Amino acid sequence: MVTANTELGYNTKVEGGVVVSRADAVINWIRTNSMWPMPMGLACCAIELMAVGGARFDISRFGAEVMRFSPRQSDCMIVAGTVTYKMAPQVRRIYDQMAAPKWVIAMGACASSGGMYRSYATLQGVDRIVPVDVYVSGCPPRPEALLDALVKLQEKVKREPAARRLLSA
Amino acid sequence: MRTPMATDYSFPDNAARAAAAADEFQPEKMSLSMGPSHPSTHGVLRLQMELDGETVTKADPVVGYLHRGDEKIAENMTYNQFVPYTDRLDYLAPLANNMAYAIAVERLAGLEVPPRCQAIRVITAEMARISSHLMGLGAFGLDVGAWTVLLYTLEEREKLYKLFEELTGARFTTSYTRIGGVTRDVPEGWLGRVNAFCDQFLPILEEILRLLTRNKIFMDRTVDVGVISKTDALAYGLTGPNLRGSGVALDLRKDKPYSGYEQYEFDVPVGTTGDCYDRYLVRGEEMRQSVRILRQAIAKFPEGPWYATDARRIFAPPKDKVMTSMEELIQNFMLVTEGPQMPPGEVYFEAENPKGILGFYVVSKGGGVPYRLKIRSPSFCNLSILPKACVGILISDVVAILGSLDFVMGECDR
Amino acid sequence: MSAEFVTAFKSRFPMAVDRASADHPAFNLPYDEVVPALRFLRDQWGFELLMDLTAIDGGPGTEPRFTVVYHLLAPNRGATYVRIAAPCAGPEDEPAAPSVVGLWPGANWHERECWDMFGIRFDGHPDLRRILMWDGYPYHPLRKEFPLAGVETDLPVADIQEETGTRVVAAPMAGGPFVASTGEVNLTEAEPRALDQSWSDRRVQPGQTPLRQVKE
Repeated sequence: MVTANTELGYNTKVEGGVVVSRADAVINWIRTNSMWPMPMGLACCAIELMAVGGARFDISRFGAEVMRFSPRQSDCMIVAGTVTYKMAPQVRRIYDQMAAPKWVIAMGACASSGGMYRSYATLQGVDRIVPVDVYVSGCPPRPEALLDALVKLQEKVKREPAARRLLSA
Repeated sequence: MRTPMATDYSFPDNAARAAAAADEFQPEKMSLSMGPSHPSTHGVLRLQMELDGETVTKADPVVGYLHRGDEKIAENMTYNQFVPYTDRLDYLAPLANNMAYAIAVERLAGLEVPPRCQAIRVITAEMARISSHLMGLGAFGLDVGAWTVLLYTLEEREKLYKLFEELTGARFTTSYTRIGGVTRDVPEGWLGRVNAFCDQFLPILEEILRLLTRNKIFMDRTVDVGVISKTDALAYGLTGPNLRGSGVALDLRKDKPYSGYEQYEFDVPVGTTGDCYDRYLVRGEEMRQSVRILRQAIAKFPEGPWYATDARRIFAPPKDKVMTSMEELIQNFMLVTEGPQMPPGEVYFEAENPKGILGFYVVSKGGGVPYRLKIRSPSFCNLSILPKACVGILISDVVAILGSLDFVMGECDR
Repeated sequence: MSAEFVTAFKSRFPMAVDRASADHPAFNLPYDEVVPALRFLRDQWGFELLMDLTAIDGGPGTEPRFTVVYHLLAPNRGATYVRIAAPCAGPEDEPAAPSVVGLWPGANWHERECWDMFGIRFDGHPDLRRILMWDGYPYHPLRKEFPLAGVETDLPVADIQEETGTRVVAAPMAGGPFVASTGEVNLTEAEPRALDQSWSDRRVQPGQTPLRQVKE
């Protein structure tokens, strides 16, 4: 996928099909198009998350169909559902186990803010536990909304200074 | 009739168990925590297991990771305000939950909804049953290594979602019922589309079931695995396909009909051995029976009002009247602010949901807010057999049992 | 069957008092009679399924404060139900009820839930632990004096709490939830108003005793 941001350059003077670009652009290009989700399916939103993986909405068009339940293999945690206080430490622990770089999508009202569950047992927004990159509204969000969130996250990732972070890490 | 169950069960108390555990201490045993984030625990169930090699010697399910406080919330809002929360109990079959809750509260009010409303509710509940069983089968297949089934069932669910969306406005958090009726009448031509869905669904269902029924791998993983005897199933309060898989023909739609189920002809499939395979077969057959009910309900879909017209302080008046007539405006205002007025009393109503028997125990002291609302969730009871069913089997069979029990944690933990 | 059953039950258990009910036969029983009565129902009358076991909190100061309610189903006798209610013994702080795990192993989780939500001790229960909230949660949430918003406590896992700086806090109610009063309708009083939940953030509501933590 070549976009304006990819900054591809082709130098005819160098032989052998060499493409010149910025390291950031290449790294981010790779990252955006193979963003493996960690499906943190907690409640109702997980059903829509599965629908996104199904044939009709087909998240694999965006390179994110490889749902990995192993946090080590995944890049983007999709928190789909109500996070309770009992579950919150586990969510954080899984987030900690994910290898950097990592991103978080808070899918649905519950994950974003506690939603309709204003009660003693519910964490009022997963951003109290993990940093969130994209919030998706809806209870549950439609599959298209999740796809939109993924595209938004990809746009955000494309702007990251990936090379500098890699060198300084 | 069967002989009445006359067994009493004895359990060691905590101290005796600690002593026994100290005696039996075997250093080679391994403790394994499966979940709460694990692909085969269908949500946030956690199984704390003790393993001897690959054999499970002890399983302790830890639930509550999705406890959101639904019952406390119910005590703090009016009856109609709680309808959306019932969607999110068993989020694979919200329409069936909506119906069960509405009927429970209507029983409290002593209200009978007209036949058309009953038929609408039956149609939606049976569609919900199909959609829930589809997901159950798909996930079960996924658990035991048949990924294709899920893709087929998801596609069928999308077709159902399209119909749900047309009827209710939402894909699956429908909030369709109100106390004393439903939100709106069925749209024009909708029943025809449901009929068309049934026509195309049956061949696909056969195809889906063919993928599993005689599948060698699937049978090896499920036949004679996770056998639950009749006595155990009753003693642990299993309901729904899990109880019927064990050979008890208890189906409240047949045995204690509600919402006009007595008008429809359908069979109650029953298993023989009570293993995972039987539970799968029961679910498959139930979908065929649901299609049968759907066709009958559509064929004799009654005319008339779709809400209880005589329930002035319970069901909201028509919107055009609210905007033009003072009395209806006041009535609507009172209903929204105070909730539907209920007499003091208590009712317990159970409906045959896809996952099992869903019960609502409503205690009212009058007014528009329940004093106490207890949700008897089938998944909670179905899961309580795990400490017994998961002992002495291989860890891979645990996955098959979990898949075959077909639970939803939103309902289990409430 | 119903009338025959009611007479048989009442002649066997003369202590049983009819309980007001809108649907199924219902009886109030004292603490000691619960287990024999349920065994009688299970073995003699085919009530083989314990469908539900729950409790009702009558509110602080009521006598008896907690009532345990059993719902039984007889699958072979036309799917009839019976409701048995038993007020808890013991003081208001430490209510107790007999355990029926010996009759139905399925009661195990129900009784654990009642302990978790109401703090009712089930005598003879093999393993009375919390089930829905985490071990060590200091309150029983379904008691009437407990606020819906919750009370500030620690997270279940200490190192995560340290790492994230997050605690269990009272949910923001933003002036809600708007609740009509329960009870017989008096239009002036029944007008819904925001429950005063200001006391949930570390202040005690005037005229109310502070929440008691669970004794370990």
